[in-house]
Amino acid sequence: MKKRRKHWTKGDLILNLVVYTTLIFLVIVTLYPFLNTLAVSFNDALDSAKGGIYLQPRKFTLYNYQSLLTRSQIFHASFISVLRTVLSTLFCTFSTAMVAYTLSRKEFVLRKLFSFIYVLTMYIDGGLIPTYFLMKGLGLTNNFWVYVLPGLVTAFNLIVIRTYINGLPESLIEAARADGAGEFTIFVKIVLPLCKPVLATIALFVAVANWNSWFDTFLYNSSNPKLSTLQYELMKVLQTANSMTGSLEQALSQAAAGTVNTITPRAIRATMTVIVTVPIAVVYPFLQKYFVHGLTLGGIKE
Amino acid sequence: MKTPVLAGKVIPMKKKSFWATLKKQKVLLFMSIPFIIHIIVFKYIPIWGWTLAFQNYWPGKGFLQQVWVGLDNFRWLFNDPVFYQVLRNTLAMSIIQLVFGMLSSITLALIINEVRIVIFKKTAQTISYLPHFISWVVAANLVRDLLSTDGGIVNEVLMKLKLIEEPIMFLGIPKLFWWIIGASYVWKEVGWGAIIYLAAIASIDPNLYEAATIDGAGRLRRIWHITLPSIQPIIVILLIMNMGYLLSSGFEQQYLLQNGRVIDYARVFTIYELDYGIKMMRYSFATAVGIFRSVVSLVLVFAANYLAKRLGQERLL
Repeated sequence: MKKRRKHWTKGDLILNLVVYTTLIFLVIVTLYPFLNTLAVSFNDALDSAKGGIYLQPRKFTLYNYQSLLTRSQIFHASFISVLRTVLSTLFCTFSTAMVAYTLSRKEFVLRKLFSFIYVLTMYIDGGLIPTYFLMKGLGLTNNFWVYVLPGLVTAFNLIVIRTYINGLPESLIEAARADGAGEFTIFVKIVLPLCKPVLATIALFVAVANWNSWFDTFLYNSSNPKLSTLQYELMKVLQTANSMTGSLEQALSQAAAGTVNTITPRAIRATMTVIVTVPIAVVYPFLQKYFVHGLTLGGIKE
Repeated sequence: MKTPVLAGKVIPMKKKSFWATLKKQKVLLFMSIPFIIHIIVFKYIPIWGWTLAFQNYWPGKGFLQQVWVGLDNFRWLFNDPVFYQVLRNTLAMSIIQLVFGMLSSITLALIINEVRIVIFKKTAQTISYLPHFISWVVAANLVRDLLSTDGGIVNEVLMKLKLIEEPIMFLGIPKLFWWIIGASYVWKEVGWGAIIYLAAIASIDPNLYEAATIDGAGRLRRIWHITLPSIQPIIVILLIMNMGYLLSSGFEQQYLLQNGRVIDYARVFTIYELDYGIKMMRYSFATAVGIFRSVVSLVLVFAANYLAKRLGQERLL
């Protein structure tokens, strides 16, 4: 103990001070915007417009949530967001793992060619307009499946899973083959269960990307409100807020007109932000050990 | 006469063995071929769509009925002053993001590595990942609130500190736009970016630190003489790799935070393509923009790869 004390020089003390202050500063800067938004979402909309809401609501209300969640458009958009996220995650993870397995078989004669076809897509990009016309030509505009189909298997995910499969003991697969198991059986019964950590990582990446996506809705499905997603609805509110001035007066006049409860664009944005953020904030900490590992795997590439 | 016979024997055998092996591996083939077709449809057919750039494309007409205009669209592109503005904006914001993103992530990794209280370290790390997982739509909302003129915390703090007299409309100042993009990018990605450096730091041989301690090196000197040199290869790799993406990075952030006042500093390639292609229906021109971006990006990626190889680093491709 005494020996350790001796190492606590003045330099160490300053270093510790710098380290802990910076980290605390980072934590505050990261969390404040979220906590502030949370407070605004639970605060009376008109009261928020007066300013001065920081970390806790001043005039607590559930009205913002009530009025948003009872709007059928928001309710429907939540349904579409959940549906696309669930379907994409299931299809993507399974398909990517299956292709990754075939491309990890050293004896597969088309392995090099197929791998090349995938890797090349990381470096070339058809661009916005040709892709738009392709989707149109395939009938994927005004179509739910444009959320799921195009990104089914992507090169990055494929490489991450394949790298993982390559690291599995070959003897397990050999033994199953000696027992007469076919390739598909080996994949489903042996490889898939062993891949759980990397599949959790990929599933998280795919789920987050789908949950967060708004550009595909904007580009392909914006004319059909039945196919709108939560992120796109939030984006629309943000865009109107960008161009709207005098929202305060508007809200105040509405209040003066006799309605007891009012909702302002700021309150709508805050409430929707909380609604789309909470699912992510709840899920990702539990998958942390997987994605930290998965990311370092992805960095290795080939 | 001997060799031709031998060759004649070898070649058909090889061919036969390829098809025979493939037949044996038909399950593997069935498992992968639907997805190969899928990737060809969704990633390679759009490249065929590049022909649009050489036409005066109008939807509804057949491929052969289109008016072919050669390189006219590219000539227009290179004569359009907006194009140079877009190029400048894209490069400026990408470089700001690259430099400050990497510097902040490396610094954070070094700082996290110095924390000895495990629970504090873990909590700070978990929190630092949160912004990475939220969408730019949410992040843009938060940035807008932080910088707002009525009650935004940035204006309030600056006014409390008497640095400014009255609230500033930060998002309306063209010269500030690049830096707001840079700062919000750092805010969102600093924790996530640190993961890879932390992994690199974790793989440093602990004997090096012990030896340095015995030689009397303090913590700062250990960081400077051991940690930093040890993660230098990965820093170089990531720097070069990201340089390949200078033209293809970012769009959502700019699109969601821009407004009419700052558009001259906010317009990046995808916004340019959207405005001309979808809004103004100049499909062929917008395709030419996309081709320019793709081709230059490809050249950059391969140049980056070559550079990394020349420097004796691990190959990226």
